[in-house]
Amino acid sequence: MSVISDRSSPTAVDDAQNRPTVTDKSDIHPTTLVDRQKRDRRKRFRRDRVLLFLMAPGVVYFLVFHYGALFGNVIAFKEYIPFVGFWDSPWVGFDNFTRMFADAGFWSAVINTLLIATLQLVFFFPVPLALALLLHSLTSTMLRRTIQSVVYLPHFLSWVIVVALFQQVLGATGLLNGMLDGAGLSTVHIIGNPDMFKPLVVLQVIWKDAGWGTIIFLAALMNVNEQLYEAAAIDGASPWRRFWHITLPAIRPIIILLVIMRLGEILSIGFEQILLQRQSVGPEAAEVIDTFVYFQGLINGDFGYGAAAGLFKGIIGGVLVYAANKVAHRFGEQGVYK
Amino acid sequence: MIATKRQKNTRPAWMEKPKPVTIAAKGFALAIVIALVTVPFLVVISTSLASNAEVVENGGWVLWPTEPTLNAYRSIFDGGIVTRAIWVSIGVTSVGTLASMTATVMLAYALSRPRVFGGKPLLLLILFTFLFPPGMIPAYLLVKEMGMLDNFAALIVPILINVFNLVVLRGFFQGIPEELFEAAKIDGVSDWAILRIIVMPLSKAALAVIGLFYAVSYWNAWFHASIYMEAENWPLQQILRTYVVRGAEITEYGLGEQIAAPQTYQMAVLIVATVPILIVYPFLQKYFTKGVLTGAIKS
Repeated sequence: MSVISDRSSPTAVDDAQNRPTVTDKSDIHPTTLVDRQKRDRRKRFRRDRVLLFLMAPGVVYFLVFHYGALFGNVIAFKEYIPFVGFWDSPWVGFDNFTRMFADAGFWSAVINTLLIATLQLVFFFPVPLALALLLHSLTSTMLRRTIQSVVYLPHFLSWVIVVALFQQVLGATGLLNGMLDGAGLSTVHIIGNPDMFKPLVVLQVIWKDAGWGTIIFLAALMNVNEQLYEAAAIDGASPWRRFWHITLPAIRPIIILLVIMRLGEILSIGFEQILLQRQSVGPEAAEVIDTFVYFQGLINGDFGYGAAAGLFKGIIGGVLVYAANKVAHRFGEQGVYK
Repeated sequence: MIATKRQKNTRPAWMEKPKPVTIAAKGFALAIVIALVTVPFLVVISTSLASNAEVVENGGWVLWPTEPTLNAYRSIFDGGIVTRAIWVSIGVTSVGTLASMTATVMLAYALSRPRVFGGKPLLLLILFTFLFPPGMIPAYLLVKEMGMLDNFAALIVPILINVFNLVVLRGFFQGIPEELFEAAKIDGVSDWAILRIIVMPLSKAALAVIGLFYAVSYWNAWFHASIYMEAENWPLQQILRTYVVRGAEITEYGLGEQIAAPQTYQMAVLIVATVPILIVYPFLQKYFTKGVLTGAIKS
């Protein structure tokens, strides 16, 4: 642990504290200064030994399971042979990648990923906003809290439960078809229909997370100064005008921020959700990059090939998230991390 | 900057009286939203309580059981594969939550102290993992190389610390007034004792939320179990996935006797998997309204 910290450059705070020493005593030989910094570091190390001890499990965890696993991506440049293991499998250079770029299945997964992400952006995104506006317009706090409790709940259910619920309601023998049948209408084929798969996925995301998504909008709406509305109303502004000139400008930054962040994560769409349902509609409709990695790597045992697709997604995805944050900063927003 | 507080449950004087049409439209929209969330649960509960004959007769679902019975639940808790899965889920959830909380609190506390040795580079190192997660295949190979396949540790250790939870908790710890730390330091209290007698008692709400978050995620997890564990060690969610979502026969994995009426049984498993979430939900809800998380999310 100490090794990591010693190698890294001194922190900004250190710089600020050391700088006066440099200018004041510029005649001192540079090695003395280095010695002093070293001594300071050693002193801080001793001072913080309890904290360092507390950090240890977490640091080991991140080094092994994040950086160790990140290093494991070199398997993308190897042909993994189970009985010789990770280290002794032969290097194959960029073979896995050239094979991947020539694989129609891979490109179909990329297209499905982008299509589903776009559908979610267009159809999911406005729902929490509309719901938040509706909730915010309620004058009764009790009623609002109650409804909030109900609509947040699905967020905490696992995808297994959500998919099972959808089967029970929209499936061939589900509630909806039972009712249509009972009313003498023709039944609908939704679950297990490849043409309906993408809308279904978006619908499930709306059901599960639209309520949860209102939190951030509600927080922004609560922050609007009530006096603005009052003043506007006294000046004769209609409810619509007040919405257009007060509410909308207040939540616009958060809308822009969320859209940018979503664009950054365009390659990541619910892996668990889609994996659970891919079998019933087949890969043409339901294969996305993550499930491609899963089936090529873990199910077919072609670990190098699967890892190559995963690495491709990881790098592009990481760069996109990073870029999205930069753009968000441009808009004067904080982004996900600073 | 501070908005004038809207009086509870009353319309402010300047706001127009809403038209009956508007009220009706709003009420209708809200009723639909509530129904969309609750009706699926109602159908599942009813079906799980109905008799097999009634479910078959009605074509797979029941909205109101004429003769409610707990038979499906009895066979779940009868000691078969589902009973075992419930115990696996309970075990993984409690051990996992405890382990995750311990590691997260310790790391978050150390990182929250100003000018801690190695703190800044370490934080950068951790935030970097947010941008570039390791990927499914390397994570699997790592677990395999470490000999953790079919070991319950594989369901906990690789996801021990969640970066989001870590950052939220660190932010909360940073909000504790620095004077308290200085006073304790002057009295010669060690960093370890400060964590126990100052930081943790002051952060009960945040600790509760993060703890519940971990518990919910361990309870809901199934994917890692599906790739790391043998069928007899599966948690409840993976059982639910196999027998309900994929519709496999319960005998398919050689794990038990054939179940006579799958539908009521399946719905009962679904309810059993959901109930723990419903139990902890009011507590989660209580802390949201306190704004513990909204504040954290915004920052």
